[in-house]
Amino acid sequence: MQPFTTVIGSAAPFLASNIDTDVIMPKQFLKGIDRKGLDQGLFFDLRFLESGEPNPAFILNQPAWKDAAFLVVGPNFGCGSSREHAVWGLKQVGIRALIGTSFAGIFYDNCQRNGVVAIQVPEAQLKQIAGVISNAATAKINVNLPEQTIELADGAVIHFEIDQLRKQSLLLGLDAIGTTLQRTEQIRSFETRYLSENPWL
Amino acid sequence: MNKPRTLYQKHIDSHTVCVLDDQGHVLLYIDRQVANEYTSPQAFSGMREAGRQVWRPSATLAVVDHVNPTAPVRISTMPDAGGAQQVSYFEENCRDFGIELFDVLDKRQGIEHVVAPEQGFILPGMIVAAGDSHTTTYGALGAFGFGIGTSEIEHLLASQTLVYKRLKAMRVTVNGSLATGVTSKDIIMALIEKIGASGATGYAIEFAGPAINDLSVEARMTICNMAVEAGARGAFMAPDEKVFAYLQSRPRAPQGEMWEQAVAKWRGLHSDEGAVFDREVTLDVGALEPMVTWGTSPDQAAPVGSRVPDPASQTDLILRQGMQRALDYMGLVPGMPLSDVMISHAFIGSCTNARIEDLRDVARVVRGKRVAAHVRAMIVPGSTLVRSQAEEEGLAQIFLDAGFEWRQSGCSMCLAMNDDVLAPGDRCASSTNRNFEGRQGAGARTHLMSPAMVAAAAITGHLTDVRSFALEA
Repeated sequence: MQPFTTVIGSAAPFLASNIDTDVIMPKQFLKGIDRKGLDQGLFFDLRFLESGEPNPAFILNQPAWKDAAFLVVGPNFGCGSSREHAVWGLKQVGIRALIGTSFAGIFYDNCQRNGVVAIQVPEAQLKQIAGVISNAATAKINVNLPEQTIELADGAVIHFEIDQLRKQSLLLGLDAIGTTLQRTEQIRSFETRYLSENPWL
Repeated sequence: MNKPRTLYQKHIDSHTVCVLDDQGHVLLYIDRQVANEYTSPQAFSGMREAGRQVWRPSATLAVVDHVNPTAPVRISTMPDAGGAQQVSYFEENCRDFGIELFDVLDKRQGIEHVVAPEQGFILPGMIVAAGDSHTTTYGALGAFGFGIGTSEIEHLLASQTLVYKRLKAMRVTVNGSLATGVTSKDIIMALIEKIGASGATGYAIEFAGPAINDLSVEARMTICNMAVEAGARGAFMAPDEKVFAYLQSRPRAPQGEMWEQAVAKWRGLHSDEGAVFDREVTLDVGALEPMVTWGTSPDQAAPVGSRVPDPASQTDLILRQGMQRALDYMGLVPGMPLSDVMISHAFIGSCTNARIEDLRDVARVVRGKRVAAHVRAMIVPGSTLVRSQAEEEGLAQIFLDAGFEWRQSGCSMCLAMNDDVLAPGDRCASSTNRNFEGRQGAGARTHLMSPAMVAAAAITGHLTDVRSFALEA
C-alpha cells in the first residue's frame, strides 16, 4: 500500500449528499477479476455525455480540478453497495484523500485498506474548505497526515481527527494481513477455546 | 455484579481475540463468511500472490448469484464474457482453496442472503461478514452480520478475523400492530425515512418491541436487510422461539444433544435489563400505511396515499438540491399524487423480499387477476429452493396465469449486473432495497415498496395502495 504522508494537490468540490457507490462505479465496470480499467468507470454517468465525450459540467473535467488529488464531498458519501471497485477507481484517477462530514461505514473501511485517507471534519470546517477550493485560483491544498492538518490556499490551517491505529497504518502503508498474521498464535488459541465452548460451530 | 450489556456488546466481547487500542479497535473473530463471484476475485488473487492459505475453509460458503441469468429455463452460460470469467475464476478459487460452492446449477443455489439462512449456515450468536452490504440480513436470526469490501474478504480468508472498531449501539423499539396489507418492508422504509440514509451510520441497531416480536423470521430478515440503507453497519434482534423453530429443521443446524446445548446458550442472547444504548428510537406502526419511495435515496419515501413532496419546503440547501435532483431524475413534479405514477415494469425479487412468504403475499394479491397490458412483470425467487416450493404450493401457476414472468433465482434486476436491465426512462415498482440513480439500469427509475405493493401496481399499472384489493387472510 502506498504510504500517505504529505500530499499537495487540487481539491475538487463535489458536495451532493448520499453519493452512493453505484454512482461512483456503475455496474458495467464490476465484471473484472482484477482491478484494471476502473479509472474509466469512475462517476461514468456524470463524467461522460451520451456521445462518450467528457461532460464539461462535471467538476473533474474542468481544468483546475482535472488532476485533483482530493475530493471535498457531501454527507454520507460512499453509501450503498460494498463494492471496493469504487475506491479502486478513485485511486486510479489519482484521488489520495476525501474530505467530508460523514462517510458510509463499508466505504470508509475500503478507503483505509487502499491508502486513501477519508478525513472527517465538522460541517462548519467543510463549508470553509469548500468555499476556498471552489475557486479555481485557490483550489490547491496541502494535506499533512503526520500533523493531521489541511492547509488552504488562503493560509488557513484546519486540524482533523483520525484514529491513531488508522493513521499509523496509512503513514507506513502497512499490509494489514501481514500485521494480523503476526498474531497467528493468539488467533489459534482463541479459536480453540471458542470452538470448545460452542461445539456446534 | 457485572455492568448490564447490550446484545451487541455481548457479541463483540465473545468474539474479541484481543483489544488493539483504547479507541475501540479489536481483532474480531468471524464465525462465517458467504462469498459471491463478483466481490471475491481480487481477494483470492491476493491470497495466491502472497502464497497464503485460507484459515478455515469450512467457515465460508460460496454462491453464484450476482451475474447469472435468470431466464425461466436454467442455463449455466453467463450472459457476457466478464460474468463468465468471474464464475469460472470463482469455481477455480473454491476448488483450489477447499471452499464449498453452490454453482448456478445447484438445487441450493440462490441469492446468498436467502441461501445461507435457508441452509442453517447462519446461527444465533454468530458474527458473519461477507462482501455484500446486505449481510445485515442475518440479524433476524440473532447473528450479527455486516458487509465488507474485497480487501477485508482477503483479510478474513487469511486470518478468520477482522480489525474492527466497535460501533455505538442504537435500539429501535417498534410498537403497535400492523394493519392488514402493511408489512415489515413498510416498517423499515418508515424508519429509514424517519432517521435518514445516514441516520444509523456508526451504529449497530438492535430492533425490539411488540411489532418485531409479532413478525415472522422472514419478515424480520427484510428489516435487518434494509437497515444498511439507514447506514447501520449491522442490525439484529434477540433470537426467540420463532428463530429456533425456523432453524431446527435446517440442513446445517446442530442436531440432537448438540441442538439442545446450542438453544440453551442462545436463550441468553439478549440485552441485559438496564443496558444503556447510545441512542434510542421509537416507532409506532399502528397507523402505518404502505410506503413507496419517490426519489433516488431510500430515505426519500412516503405513504402511498400522499403526494410528491415539494423541495421548496426543505430549508437545508444541500437537502433541497438533493430533492430537486431526485425529482428531475425520477421525472416527477411536486404535488402529484403518488398513486398517479404510472409504471412500465414490476419486479419482485432480491435478498430483501423474495422469500416464500413474500411470494405468498404476492399470490394473494394477483390470484385471478391480470398484469396491466403496458407492464412487464417479473418474479425472481430468492433461491432455487424457494422457486421449487412456490411451484409445489401452486403459487407459480397463479403468477403465470396473471401474466408474470416466473424466473430462475439470482440478484437479477435489484442491481442489474446480469442481463436483467431496465432501459432509460423505464419506471419500475420494485420489491428491492435501493432506488439509486441507474441502479436497475442507466436512466431507469425505481420505486421501492413491499412485494404486495409491487403486485398491486403490476395489476393496476400505477402505484396503488394494496389495501384497495380485497385481501384474503
